[in-house]
Amino acid sequence: MSLLEVRGLAVEFDTAEGPVRAVRGIDFTVERGRTLGIVGESGSGKSVTSLAVMGLHRGAAVTGSVRFDGTELIGAPEESVRRLRGRRIAMVFQDALTALHPYFTIGDQIAEAYREHHGGSRKAARARAVEVLGDVGIPDPARRAREHPHQFSGGMRQRAMIALALSCEPDLIIADEPTTALDVTVQAQVLDLLAGQQQARGLGLVLITHDLGVIARIADEVLVMYGGSAAEQAPADRLFTAPRHPYTRGLLDSLPRLDAPEGEPLRAIPGSPPSPLAPPPGCAFHPRCAVYAEHGSPLCTADRPLLRLVAEGHRNACALDEVTTG
Amino acid sequence: MNAPPTPRGRSAGRPAAAIEVAEAAEATATEAAVAEAPASPARLAWQRLRRRRVALAGLGIIAFFVLAALLAPVLTAISGHGPADTDKRAVDSYLGGLPRGSLGGMSTQHWLGVEPMLGRDIFARLLYGARISLLVALCAALLITLIGVALGATAGYFGGRTDTVISRFMDVMMSFPSLIFMIALLSVARDVNRVLLLIGVLGAFGWPYIARVVRGQTLSLRHREYVEAARACGTSSGRILLTEILPNLAGTIIVYVTLAIPGLIGTEAALTFLGVGVRPPTPSWGQMISDSVLYYKADPMFFVLPSACLFLIVLAFTLLGDALRDALDPKGGAA
Amino acid sequence: MTGFLLRRLLGIAGTLLVICALTFAVFYLLPSDPAAQFCGKDCSADRIVMVRQQMGLDDPLIVQFGRYVLGIFAGQTLGSGQYAVHCGFPCFGYSFQSGQPVWDLMLDRLPASASLALGAAVLWLLLGLSAGLLSALRRNTWVDRTVMVATIGIAALPVYFTAMLLLYVVVTVLGLMPYPRYIAFGEDPVGWIRNLILPWITLALTFAAIYARMTRNSVIETMAEPYVRTARAKGLRERRVVGRHGLRPALTPVATMLGMDLGGLLAGALITESLFSLPGVGKLFADSLNKADQPVIMGITLLASFFIVTSNLVVDLVYAWIDPRARLT
Repeated sequence: MSLLEVRGLAVEFDTAEGPVRAVRGIDFTVERGRTLGIVGESGSGKSVTSLAVMGLHRGAAVTGSVRFDGTELIGAPEESVRRLRGRRIAMVFQDALTALHPYFTIGDQIAEAYREHHGGSRKAARARAVEVLGDVGIPDPARRAREHPHQFSGGMRQRAMIALALSCEPDLIIADEPTTALDVTVQAQVLDLLAGQQQARGLGLVLITHDLGVIARIADEVLVMYGGSAAEQAPADRLFTAPRHPYTRGLLDSLPRLDAPEGEPLRAIPGSPPSPLAPPPGCAFHPRCAVYAEHGSPLCTADRPLLRLVAEGHRNACALDEVTTG
Repeated sequence: MNAPPTPRGRSAGRPAAAIEVAEAAEATATEAAVAEAPASPARLAWQRLRRRRVALAGLGIIAFFVLAALLAPVLTAISGHGPADTDKRAVDSYLGGLPRGSLGGMSTQHWLGVEPMLGRDIFARLLYGARISLLVALCAALLITLIGVALGATAGYFGGRTDTVISRFMDVMMSFPSLIFMIALLSVARDVNRVLLLIGVLGAFGWPYIARVVRGQTLSLRHREYVEAARACGTSSGRILLTEILPNLAGTIIVYVTLAIPGLIGTEAALTFLGVGVRPPTPSWGQMISDSVLYYKADPMFFVLPSACLFLIVLAFTLLGDALRDALDPKGGAA
Repeated sequence: MTGFLLRRLLGIAGTLLVICALTFAVFYLLPSDPAAQFCGKDCSADRIVMVRQQMGLDDPLIVQFGRYVLGIFAGQTLGSGQYAVHCGFPCFGYSFQSGQPVWDLMLDRLPASASLALGAAVLWLLLGLSAGLLSALRRNTWVDRTVMVATIGIAALPVYFTAMLLLYVVVTVLGLMPYPRYIAFGEDPVGWIRNLILPWITLALTFAAIYARMTRNSVIETMAEPYVRTARAKGLRERRVVGRHGLRPALTPVATMLGMDLGGLLAGALITESLFSLPGVGKLFADSLNKADQPVIMGITLLASFFIVTSNLVVDLVYAWIDPRARLT
């Protein structure tokens, strides 16, 4: 049995301008000890997906199936999902400065989560907080546990956020852009910490990011999202060596390379992400797609393309898949 | 995209370069939607405003009072009584000068009754009172806007020492007991045009609130790409403020001014009520309320009418301002 | 923290001095002759000259101002010879009208004003906070809409109207109580409440409406903060998420507002006191206006400034106590 199995997950919001289908049916699986990377631009639905798994969407219609360790979470009573939150599925949010409470000390915030799920004395919870802070490499954890988030540096704050997630020994961690707000060197440290803890504890990890470099570093599987749907799904090494979807290729091409000829400009994907209110008909990516521009097919504007198996463990959602590879 | 170039469109419509760049801004779904929306902010706001019945009701009430104030001479000519005309026949001297008849002397002669003692026509006095009330509040609002926007935008745009000086000044102004000081000032100044003085005093103490908001907004606007671009092109600071920053502030300013007006109307009435505002014989609502307090038992109508006018106009501006905020201010809007 | 306090205290002293100077300038530069006021109606020109001299009005303005400010702290002696009167700390001069020291007059009126302000504050906090919280937690339901419509209407009610309506209904029509008159708390606590209840309601209604709206917006804003989402992601119960993580930050701006409003009201709610003939500082001020009793008007202006500026400091301190981020600045 997989640790997390998501099938046909869809999320729809009602906004003043009309309904928004933020996620339109995606599937993925996370095994113990493995890392799934979800990549996409803002508005691609990747963060919405993570909150939907946690059952943290209020006022949104979430449909499909999320099975955690064999238990269905969608439609489950709030109380039973709440008991899983923090205890067995923990989250690491982007920008710990706003995600940690400004009024309470770091130690308090970790101890609070621990006591909620494990009970016990205040003192024991405090000791646990200091212990995990030490685990994530915060020097002098006993003193720093008494400090407030604003007294921490960005990297230390993100470590504290990870400590908070680890404090209850969860089975699955969902990290939403855990390194976006950090300097590049600190980013690497935090990623290594996350990957190291995941390996040491045998956790399942879902890593949500817009940064392919981060994915390349620690992901085993990759899900590329565009306009609320999966564009491509593949093992990480395959995705980087043999990308199939024009969007994935565009992303890889837009990465700066050390081996590129000097003076060559970065190649950006033209256009902007689709409006979630009025997405283009057919494939959401076609207005920006280089392949469509060249080989334009009515298929691209007719229906949303479905994911199709193109190789072992590799799925692509492109109507022109043969053109791209052939 | 046949939208006319709008300030907001210029900032959000940049092409997404590499995905990192797009992501760095971490635009929300709604923001992305705004970038795509084919309507200008003004039109969008009007569309949203039109859907709110309360906003239209507010607008209607305001229009009603403005028309009544403008047409006061015509209307009183029709009703046959000027605001200063006394009618001794309408009051009963044996009853301490109370109006004859029920409901404060309402009759075909005096549509809304008469004042006790002098028998002046309430309808006419309310109309002329509306003139004073609206004139003072609207002029003071204009003054507040001019001072507040000028100082707020200057402080926010130039920052540094300019900002420190202006902000300190605002702090001092805001820690002033403004009502008491206004009263003290008005009570000492004797032979001055009361209306002008009221406008000046209300304006002098009202601007820091708008200035603070404008300063904050300017502060966040001054590093936007299009402002930086204008600066890089060598555009002068004054021009940037006028053409790049002010248009973006328009929505906020309209909202805050509209919401400031009910306060100004209320303050004018309060000052006049306390006897330091508009002086008799100029008719004003505050004066009428002050006179009528004595008669609240014997002639409740005399008291209710000016209070109701005051209530309605304050309510109308609040409703309109609230709806405008929802329609124009993206932060306060129902997102 | 000590540095912060010192800087703030200096700032307060500065602000008060500026206000003092402005008030002084307004009173002594504008065309009105305190000597003539003091002297009364049937006063000969000679006598006015004498009074002017005695009051020191011929001295340069800056000297008069210095004397006034020093007088507040050190007291001052007015007049000379057998007419000399010593006015001890804190000296705000003497009322033209009654001849009593301004300070004594204000001190005498302070309890009524404080009673009105504090009692009303309790009432409007109870009403405003609960309505606002209810509205925020039931956002976009009929409860929310009803509360919000009601608050707009109530906030637009002129105080005169509320006061007179209450008097008319409770006293005249229903006859539930006689016309209220102020009774000191020490004298008769029950009578104190009974007689203040109508002024409290009058004053509290508008504030309650404003506080309800403010609380609602603040709670909605805070509940959308990432740290509230984190609290939920930790698996905390909703009660705890709202009560501990959401409410504290949400109520910080409300506490700030309360401090400012109370500071403004302690020196008198002018209109409410006038309407109910409450013997508060505000009533004293209104009465002094009609009689052009300048020393009293000036004294009250300064007292009010003092309350407002001090309450600003208290608000800042409370803020630093609640929000650790504010402690460093």
